Amino acid sequence: MTSYALFLGCTIPARQPHYELSARKALPKLGIELVDLADMTCCAPPPLQSIDLETSLSIAAYNICLAEEADLNIVTLCTGCFESLAMANATLKKNERLKARVNRILSSAGKEFKGSKEVKHYLQVLIEDVGLDRLRKAIVKNLSNLKVASFSGCHALRPSELLKFDDPERPHIFDDLVEALGAKSIWYRNKLKCCGGLLRGYADDVALAIAREKIVNTTKADADCIATLCPFCFLTLDLGQILMKSAFHEEYNMPVLHYAELLSLALGIDPKELAPDFHKIKVDKVLNKIV
Amino acid sequence: MALEKEVKKSQLPFSKEIMTQLGGETVTFCYQCGTCASSCPVAKITEKFNPREVIKQSLLGEKEETLSGDAIWLCCSCYNCQERCPQKVEIADVIYALRNMSIRRGNIPNIYAEFAAGLMSEGRIVPISKFLEKKRPEFGLPPLKSTGIDSLRKILSTTGFDAIWQKGEEES
Repeated sequence: MTSYALFLGCTIPARQPHYELSARKALPKLGIELVDLADMTCCAPPPLQSIDLETSLSIAAYNICLAEEADLNIVTLCTGCFESLAMANATLKKNERLKARVNRILSSAGKEFKGSKEVKHYLQVLIEDVGLDRLRKAIVKNLSNLKVASFSGCHALRPSELLKFDDPERPHIFDDLVEALGAKSIWYRNKLKCCGGLLRGYADDVALAIAREKIVNTTKADADCIATLCPFCFLTLDLGQILMKSAFHEEYNMPVLHYAELLSLALGIDPKELAPDFHKIKVDKVLNKIV
Repeated sequence: MALEKEVKKSQLPFSKEIMTQLGGETVTFCYQCGTCASSCPVAKITEKFNPREVIKQSLLGEKEETLSGDAIWLCCSCYNCQERCPQKVEIADVIYALRNMSIRRGNIPNIYAEFAAGLMSEGRIVPISKFLEKKRPEFGLPPLKSTGIDSLRKILSTTGFDAIWQKGEEES
């Protein structure tokens, strides 16, 4: 078993228990132990960075301090959390002046950022700690009937200089992991483009127009489902289709699943154990194709 | 000559001011090539936002228009522009710096005020419903660990975040 401090974030426990369940069921089956640490707080994502970058950097560093004290690297499920924490970690590790500035702030909470730990997205853990070969061998269900439109979202890939997740213009990790499950990972127009999710709440019409493009393009490419890594992308594309019905009078019914759900299904976990009702767009079509 | 003086007077302080902000350090590297605009998913949908224009306005010293306008809030933080900028302008970060400056003047959009309120009261920007929290054992999920709200509040008061937020509240 390789152990990681699980950084759960807020959107997943607040809205997407199906994501949390699938990750908590699948990862231990592959030798990854998820440890829940007390006192983690917000990751300080873009909305907080928009309010105050210094505060955001300090909050992210505070969370990393907890993992340092527990002597564990961090794994995130949410791509937003990954970006906030990994960016802060990389920035503070290379910028001594900023690190000193943040540590002066953290001393008020009795913490000191040392820079001794890594922050990883769970896809990196799957690639680095499990590996594609071991993953392929662990698969018990046949997903070969599925054409999957993988969508990394923005904050796993960019800014690549700090996140070092994958090639930002020609990423392949996500597609490799989809294909390791036996499914076909397909290309579609503007695959790497944003889902628009971060504009929700400020400019809903713009956010929905960007999301619509993603649904149109994956539909044209004849995908059976979209696979996501991020709860915001999921929300924007899944709930988004309900909003598109009323805004544009268009109905797509494109199922959206988190990669962890596809992974759980491939590992033979009963779909009923994965709270599938939390999908606004029904996933039966996808489940029926898995044999 | 008078015009040149006028431009100098307004231009230098604002771009320099941005450069002193976290995230704003690279703003003056821009040579207005437009790679950012052609990479921007928002600019394709609406004319209200164009990253190159935001940087241009900043460099020209149009402080009021930049900090009071709608444009800086329409960036979707996808980092596509920043990834591709040949001059290594950290465009998304510059926009954060501009938002930080705008908020310190008391201009905080409602949705951001809600996020800040969630952070200050619960340590999470998206509040967790009691209903879902109670249902966790039914799903087979472990109980949620406590958030480090006390430590968080100490950090927020040290950086002055709580004061920034209160100022926004008063002015809105």
